Amino acid sequence: MTAPVDEPVLSIANLRVAFGRRSEAVRGLSLTVARGETHCMVGESGCGKSVSALSVMNLLVRGATRSADHIRFQGQDLLGLSERDMARLRGDKIAMIFQEPMTSLNPAYTIGSQLAEVFERHRRSGRRRALDRAAGLLERVGITAPGMRLGQYPHQLSGGLRQRVMIAMALMCEPELLIADEPTTALDVTVQAQILRMLQKLQHELGLALLLITHDLGVVARMADRVSVMYAGQVVESGTVPEMFAAPAHPYTQGLLACIPVPGTARTGEPLGSIPGVVPRIPPGFIGCGFRDRCAFAMPECAEPVPLRDAGGDHAYLCRLQPGWQQAAA
Amino acid sequence: MTHAIEVRDVHRMFRQRSGVMGAGRSVRAVDGVSFSLPPGDVLGIVGESGCGKSTLARLITGLLPPSSGEVLVDGRRLAGMDRRERARLIQPVFQDPFSSLNPRQCIRDIVSLPLAAQGDLPKRQRTDRVMQMLERVGISSEMAERLPAALSGGQRQRVAIARALVLRPRIVVCDEPTSALDVSVQAQILNLLAELRREFGLTYLFISHNLAVVEHIATDVAVMYLGRIVEKAPGQDLFCRPAHPYTKALLASVLTPDPGLGIPDVGLGDAYPDPANVPPGCRFHPRCPVAFGDCAVTMPDNIRRNGRLVECLLP
Amino acid sequence: MIPIPVPTARREAWRLPALRHVATLLGALIVGTAVVVAIFAPLLAPHDPFAQNLDLRLIPPVWMDGSQPAHLLGTDQLGRDYLARLIYGTRVSMLIGVLTVVTSGLIGITLGILGGFYGGWTDDAVMFLITCRLSIPLILVALTVVALVGSSLTVVILTLGLLLWDRFAVVARTTTMQVRNLDYIAAARAAGASRAHILLREVLPNIVHHLVVVATLEMALAILLEAALSFLGLGVPPPLPSWGLMIAEAKEYMFFSPWVIMIPGIALFVLVLGINLLGDGLRDMLGTRLER
Repeated sequence: MTAPVDEPVLSIANLRVAFGRRSEAVRGLSLTVARGETHCMVGESGCGKSVSALSVMNLLVRGATRSADHIRFQGQDLLGLSERDMARLRGDKIAMIFQEPMTSLNPAYTIGSQLAEVFERHRRSGRRRALDRAAGLLERVGITAPGMRLGQYPHQLSGGLRQRVMIAMALMCEPELLIADEPTTALDVTVQAQILRMLQKLQHELGLALLLITHDLGVVARMADRVSVMYAGQVVESGTVPEMFAAPAHPYTQGLLACIPVPGTARTGEPLGSIPGVVPRIPPGFIGCGFRDRCAFAMPECAEPVPLRDAGGDHAYLCRLQPGWQQAAA
Repeated sequence: MTHAIEVRDVHRMFRQRSGVMGAGRSVRAVDGVSFSLPPGDVLGIVGESGCGKSTLARLITGLLPPSSGEVLVDGRRLAGMDRRERARLIQPVFQDPFSSLNPRQCIRDIVSLPLAAQGDLPKRQRTDRVMQMLERVGISSEMAERLPAALSGGQRQRVAIARALVLRPRIVVCDEPTSALDVSVQAQILNLLAELRREFGLTYLFISHNLAVVEHIATDVAVMYLGRIVEKAPGQDLFCRPAHPYTKALLASVLTPDPGLGIPDVGLGDAYPDPANVPPGCRFHPRCPVAFGDCAVTMPDNIRRNGRLVECLLP
Repeated sequence: MIPIPVPTARREAWRLPALRHVATLLGALIVGTAVVVAIFAPLLAPHDPFAQNLDLRLIPPVWMDGSQPAHLLGTDQLGRDYLARLIYGTRVSMLIGVLTVVTSGLIGITLGILGGFYGGWTDDAVMFLITCRLSIPLILVALTVVALVGSSLTVVILTLGLLLWDRFAVVARTTTMQVRNLDYIAAARAAGASRAHILLREVLPNIVHHLVVVATLEMALAILLEAALSFLGLGVPPPLPSWGLMIAEAKEYMFFSPWVIMIPGIALFVLVLGINLLGDGLRDMLGTRLER
């Protein structure tokens, strides 16, 4: 099904995910990813970013309930889709790669058979053709001697290689949307640079929409076109990357940027910026700003529902502070 | 001056057996490391997986004996040292806050273990010291009776630090103490470590794969690759003027939050370092962007240039 | 900073799914009753279990015709009150179960922890011992022992205790191996703790919940084995009221006086079931308590 060109590949409106009555992991997430665009969801542990990605694919654990105004892929509704139809999309039009390459591959099967399986299942293809395509993709993701690799088992490959294989597997059926959940967090920093570079190149070549989840603001700055900053289940700030990094509007984003040590800029003796306290567990029925117990600018009004502010262009943030407050506070 | 830590040509090998009958492979986890650390300094050790930094940490804390070579702590040989004496000199802080605390013991017992092992303080005084230490690291006294499962990652790491410091050791070996924590919590812990160092006059060995973090806390930095230190220099020097190609590649790979700079091409190729298969000559040469013929043959050993150690044949 | 109202934390409840709750309670009830009966047997039994009265042979229990109110469960082929024998039989079974588990537990857990923690030659030796033990046929050993020493309660307990430790050893060894690489063990060593402290206070408490499950399994097994051995004449000697022996003695009367064989059979079944249910429940409870 082809959608009009300006229809976003993925569109989520007001997603809410709850785990029974214990907690609300996601409280009203909205975002869109356009064709060829990289949209990063960034946040620390517990902010709900992984849960949001899993809800798009309907891969949540039992006991989790999701609801939204809509979740649309190429204009097609995903919320009401049956499990069978969803399974047809997964691995085919929508692909996902996870954080731990060590556990994402089945140790009992060769690389080749795992890669081929995806293609055989979705395209009803024979093994020969699937393996040929697999070899081609392995080459594309930068793996040398792909023929030999096809016959190897996951334990014979390093972490970086395994993650490349995962990416190849995700691309087997030419997906239109790729969801990557912390794809390089478990890898060495040199390998991370290589993998991200390769991912970016492929994305440009294939016109993929990429939803990239990370906790690393450096990755966001270098890779993403647009970004959503998450905290305690909500998007507290969103916008294009240049806008947001030029003038971060939400106190959490500012705090996060101040925490990150950058090589070449350390002033020994001075403490790193930090955000005091820990991420709270949000009880159901919670009202107001989830950041207020760690925010230096909190006021009693923060316990009331928080307004969405417009900081110009595509840049929006969820805070009671008025746009332009950074200059006034300086 | 007695160095806080002195490491003399330390090697550590592991045998990897494939099956009962399989020929063993030797894994050279640490392959000839030497350095000395003056008291009060912080030596940062950076490197990627397979470089041997964690093994080195265990060798220095005395948890693992070296296959050859010596480790001296405060001028005394670590081998054969009584476990209680060693505990008073050097303590570790580990990476994973979830597995470094015994899940069945309450916080107070966990932190009091080093004192109990020394056996010379009565219980009341032990408890006092423990509560003092917990307060100093920012853990409230209600937490003392809880189990680790009730604490967050950052809080557990604080407990681990309290345990390491309760004996007032000279040296603390931090093995990736913040890698498993969120960024905002990481900064809190790093600041805490810096404060405690000044307050108690500690010497740190700080191991991390995160260069920016190391730069923030270290006075000297050593870069490890496949079991050896390939570059060692004062912190600022290393980060501003790296000499070894591997160090340059590492620094280039760090993604700073600057939009518009894109992803750097580090040019290392896709070979990966395997401590069971150390290349001949310079161990970095298969991945080095500027390697030349001699690199595959001659091993650059302990080359000193401008007061820093650089194991590279290039001028 | 404005504090966020935190809901008052409920006590760390030991939660179990509802159905398992019932099963566990049932198991606990059964085992609890057995323990009480075993301890207070002399007070509970209406008659002497050894007193024979050939005039009162094979009287049926109360729910059948021809029963007598003095003997609620009837009498056996020698006129002994069956209820009394059942009650004292509980004592025999529980004694066997508990003492066997204690003996085999001590042996197996010690070997397993030592082998698992130290590795190397120690572990090779422990594995060798376990393999040897697994190659020994239980019944043949019992036969030999009885032939050499004669059968008695003590002999049964010792034989079973010295033979049933392998599962303890294997489980202790595997769980110790998982635990020994964790950082808190390394931290304890760095803190200067002695080897004994590490094994007893750091390793053991973290593997105990696995061992509890093994203990219940082994207890049930020991009780069943004793019944089998006694049935074969290799276990507890008559006139002790072992349920296995009671079943053996009732063989000939099976068709005419079925209760004589049914009652101890059912008792055995119920007790073993109870122990297993309790063991399952304990494993679930001890396991979930640590995960939040």
